[in-house]
Amino acid sequence: MTQSVIELTVTDQDRRIAWLATAAVALSLVDAAIPSPLPGVKPGLANIVTLVVLARYGWATAVWVSGLRVLAGSLLLGYFLAPGFFLSLTGTLFSLATLGLARYLPARWFGPVSLSILAAFAHIGGQLVLARLWLIPHDGLFLLTPVFALAALVFGTINGLIAAKLLSDTPPPPEPDHA
Amino acid sequence: MSWLALIKPGDWLLILLGTTLVGASFPLFWQGGLADRAIVRQNGQVFAEVDLRSRRQLEVPGPLGPTLIAIEPGRARVLSDPGPRQYCVRQGWLMRPGEIAICAPNRVSVQITGRTKVYDSISY
Repeated sequence: MTQSVIELTVTDQDRRIAWLATAAVALSLVDAAIPSPLPGVKPGLANIVTLVVLARYGWATAVWVSGLRVLAGSLLLGYFLAPGFFLSLTGTLFSLATLGLARYLPARWFGPVSLSILAAFAHIGGQLVLARLWLIPHDGLFLLTPVFALAALVFGTINGLIAAKLLSDTPPPPEPDHA
Repeated sequence: MSWLALIKPGDWLLILLGTTLVGASFPLFWQGGLADRAIVRQNGQVFAEVDLRSRRQLEVPGPLGPTLIAIEPGRARVLSDPGPRQYCVRQGWLMRPGEIAICAPNRVSVQITGRTKVYDSISY
């Protein structure tokens, strides 16, 4: 067999990201199957994975997992590069940025529930901004803001609770001894 | 471990803050509040100002004939109009402050107002 010039070494970190992203993609498929009364109002179950990853493996891994989830999820559901993809991407970028800042909140006082709520608000905020600038350039769109904000609060709290439960039920893995 | 134990003090604070913001966003974004009056104009003059708590019908005479307006609790609409294109009739029920149906050929309009005045457009 010809030896390839390019050697791709798969690290444990790569494997972990792949596994976690797979879990997140599976949850976004479940998400898509749940009927919603209004486009944009959905539980966002995949964010549970993001929250757990953020707490366990740090922000950079969370960015990888979320990014892969948006990409793979949109490919599987067939909306890659469609408006929904950009909405999803914008929401994810906004919530990741928020999580990047919110993770410095004192852990003694603020748990996954806080992070989840903040991320949910950032998510819908980013999506509304993009929708207003690009998809529906009319202020009438903002009439939906209270509904979206309410959904963000409710689902953000629930997802945060689930993430907190998962984190408290499973002990943190032993510190990896490899680089 | 109970679910409530998973919520830390700061989380409660944030939930409370979020609830307040969401609660405040409803009147903020749905400004003008509920529709409470309908202003009916004929040829630019106010023909009638009707309270949207009653249920009644209004006949407004115009150059083409009578325009029939229906008032119901919280909403109003043009029932019939002698105009050729029927835009104002097909607009259906008006229920938000600032909404207006104009029957231009017959020079009749119905506008909904709330407690606060909302602008239909602003230019600088």
